[in-house]
Amino acid sequence: MNTRVMNADEVNRAITRIAHEVLEKNKGAHDLVIVGIRTRGVFIADRLAAKIKEIEGEAIPVGIIDITLYRDDIKSSPSKHIVKKTEIPFSITDKKVILVDDVLYTGRSIRAAIDGLIDFGRPANIQLAVLIDRGHRELPIRADFVGKNIPTSHDESVKVMLKEEDGVDKVTVISDQ
Amino acid sequence: MINKLKSKDLLGTKDLSPEEILLILNTAESMKEISSRDIKKVPALRGKTIINLFYESSTRTRTSFEIAGKRLSADVVNISVSTSSVAKGETLRDTAKNLEAMNPDAVVIRHSSSGASEYIAKILRCPVINAGDGAHEHPTQALLDLFTIREKKKELKGLKVSIIGDIAHSRVARSNIYAMNKMGMDVTVSGPSTLIPVDIEKIGVKVVNDVVKAIEGADVIIMLRIQLERQEKGLFPSIREYSRLFGLNTEKLKNAKEDVIIMHPGPMNRGVEISADVADGQYSLILDQVTNGVAVRMAVLHLLTGGA
Amino acid sequence: MIKNSKILIKNGRVIDPANKIDTVLDILIENGKIIEIGNLLSINKSEIQNPKSEIEIIDASGKIVVPGLIDMHVHLREPGYEYKETIKTGTEAALAGGFTSIACMPNTKPVNDNQSVTDFILDKTRKEGVVNVYPVGAISKGLKGEELSEIGELKSAGVVAITDDGKPVMNSELMRRGMEYASMFDIPVISHCEDLHLSEGGVMNEGFVSTELGLKGIPNAAEDVMTARDIALSELTGARLHIAHVSTRGAVNLIRDAKNRGVKVTCETAPHYFTLTEKMVDGYNTNAKMNPPLRSEDDLKAIREGLKNGTIDVIATDHAPHETSEKDVEFDKSPFGIVGLETSLPLTLKLVEDGIISLDEAIAKLTVNPARILNLNKGTLSVGADADIAIINLDKEWQIDVKKFKSKGENSPFHGLRVKGLVNTVIINGNTFNFEAH
Repeated sequence: MNTRVMNADEVNRAITRIAHEVLEKNKGAHDLVIVGIRTRGVFIADRLAAKIKEIEGEAIPVGIIDITLYRDDIKSSPSKHIVKKTEIPFSITDKKVILVDDVLYTGRSIRAAIDGLIDFGRPANIQLAVLIDRGHRELPIRADFVGKNIPTSHDESVKVMLKEEDGVDKVTVISDQ
Repeated sequence: MINKLKSKDLLGTKDLSPEEILLILNTAESMKEISSRDIKKVPALRGKTIINLFYESSTRTRTSFEIAGKRLSADVVNISVSTSSVAKGETLRDTAKNLEAMNPDAVVIRHSSSGASEYIAKILRCPVINAGDGAHEHPTQALLDLFTIREKKKELKGLKVSIIGDIAHSRVARSNIYAMNKMGMDVTVSGPSTLIPVDIEKIGVKVVNDVVKAIEGADVIIMLRIQLERQEKGLFPSIREYSRLFGLNTEKLKNAKEDVIIMHPGPMNRGVEISADVADGQYSLILDQVTNGVAVRMAVLHLLTGGA
Repeated sequence: MIKNSKILIKNGRVIDPANKIDTVLDILIENGKIIEIGNLLSINKSEIQNPKSEIEIIDASGKIVVPGLIDMHVHLREPGYEYKETIKTGTEAALAGGFTSIACMPNTKPVNDNQSVTDFILDKTRKEGVVNVYPVGAISKGLKGEELSEIGELKSAGVVAITDDGKPVMNSELMRRGMEYASMFDIPVISHCEDLHLSEGGVMNEGFVSTELGLKGIPNAAEDVMTARDIALSELTGARLHIAHVSTRGAVNLIRDAKNRGVKVTCETAPHYFTLTEKMVDGYNTNAKMNPPLRSEDDLKAIREGLKNGTIDVIATDHAPHETSEKDVEFDKSPFGIVGLETSLPLTLKLVEDGIISLDEAIAKLTVNPARILNLNKGTLSVGADADIAIINLDKEWQIDVKKFKSKGENSPFHGLRVKGLVNTVIINGNTFNFEAH
């Protein structure tokens, strides 16, 4: 059974709100950089950067991180992840890094992404922005900015679809029953 | 798109599908970025042990595999012929069995006997990567050549490649021919007729003995190392004549395309198969090959030993 | 083994190419000799029915009864390489393959280049051997190709031919003198035809497969050149020349032409050359490594034609056992050679089934032809001949399994192959060996 929990407008509004929150918390866009986690975190990161530019008039650098080489769950994952490129063509040292992903679940991907980021330098801080927080953390990680909290059970999965990859903006909860 | 290699081992390019070659090249592209970082290390193969088993001296390939393994956080152990029990007459089977008992996660082997990597792969449970077996195959060299060509030319399909030199004894030539044919490239081999193996045409190449003609219209020229022992075996009369007829120099290069690229698997005999000005000149990608070698070997190590 | 003074083989299809016999007949044997052959034998019924009678009756109905097979090219390895094979295990393997006589090559350690080694082989055969063994002596001392061995002494000690098998005599002058000298004793010179310069470093046939595998090839010319040379030397000296293990079209052509000119040349091939090609080497299969190497499809065709048109006189095995670990190495480090005694018969019968040669021709190439070349009083079922007989079930299907070989060697490319034709009973000098347990 699939339940749609967000439509395109809701996705857009959530990202807009996160943009405002980021700017408010950081008192503007100064020293901000955004890094999206592959695959869908990247598109949300791009949209977030665009919103911030809209609001603040300042373009901030956007990078991409691929966490495949940092994962701790490769052994248990059913199929291999293809290693994609990490592209952070700017220094993150002393910057405030907004790390962006689509869904926050166990926290393991975020752990991997943080490990990856640290290899690129010593940021002033790392803040986490996610479109969906579905709970069930296995590591002491929390998001600073959340588009929507969706309570789920373990046997459900959350599917985020974005125009850039899937042709449509939509979030659904898929349950196995 | 596929996300893994079907075989446990990488023994040659002959057995790779075009999709597998692309997977390796694409993965290598991601890996190349890691080498440009300040901290050139990712934890992907943490806790994995990779054994470099080298029965032939090779600084470049061994170092390249070693750096590749270390950049992926694997523990890399080098065993070379002079320090191992091979000198004491241990068989390859016994060596393999002993290594197996130490539970490695991959074995990279370089051996002077064709088929040695296939032999050891049948004994070992872990992945075996052929780093050159006799005159048979040297798949990672061919893959890094393809990677280097693609980086420069963007598209592989339809490119004309000339491989020049001692084709008969070259594992680099064989691996390149197989891989390039699979990628839709058009391969010509050239060199003295004594160093062109019989029936090589049946693998899918053209044979042109005249180097000048072989260069004409080529997008890529790969020069092979000529070993001096071949002269002693009577396969060519002298280094001087070899160099004059088959060596690549600025004069011969006038017949090449304007955007030709020149590669050499190394180590080079400067002034023999390639003149110094060509080796160091604008068309040469010889050092790019070395850089890319690390990325390609990282890709292969990760695809064979990472996860699953 | 059962020993009876009288043996009666009844109702078998008797094939005796020397006597042009191929019909159902009975054979009566007494004291190790064939004493009668025909339909109505001079044995009275009561003798047969009497349980106390000393006569052993073998019912061979549905089977063929042929002269005991002869393999003129066997490496028994003893003395010197007993870990590979011994006279005991080698002759047991021969027996299991239907052979009652074999000729053994001189490349032992020490080399069979003098009487003492020949004596040793014959003595050991008397003690432990189960088939007749005919030693072949060396052409040159130590197989070094430098000086002639004492061929006269070897001949009187019992060698039936001379050869430097495995190490061809590269020096044409020495080969000439060897032939001249041997012809005084009317023994053939067996030549392993290989130009060592052309084959140097080679480990398989030179061709597409060797190019693909990156292995050094041995060109057909290495064999052809020496075949031509030895034919020329045979013409020069008038010596009897026997070319061993022919594997190329070129050699077959040269021998055919020489025979047509009346040169005293004969030749043999081995089952692997008419059954397998160089493709078998794929995967670096050391059990497909022998010398001469497995050749191309075209050569295989030529070998089959040569067998058919009579250019090739003999099928011999070149049985070359090695210890398993010696073959379990990198391809180029593996020794040459495969075992053949226990697979030769069914592989030859396959040629018959495929219509390449007749059953009669096949049996001749395995019996009377090698006997004539080596001057052995063997290979026929004539009255008065030694009772060396093989009874074969042509229709019996079985699977080749190296683990079941009597030979110490397991180095066979035919392991696992399903074949037809199984040895049922072998009689040597009146002793009966049954293989029904197979």
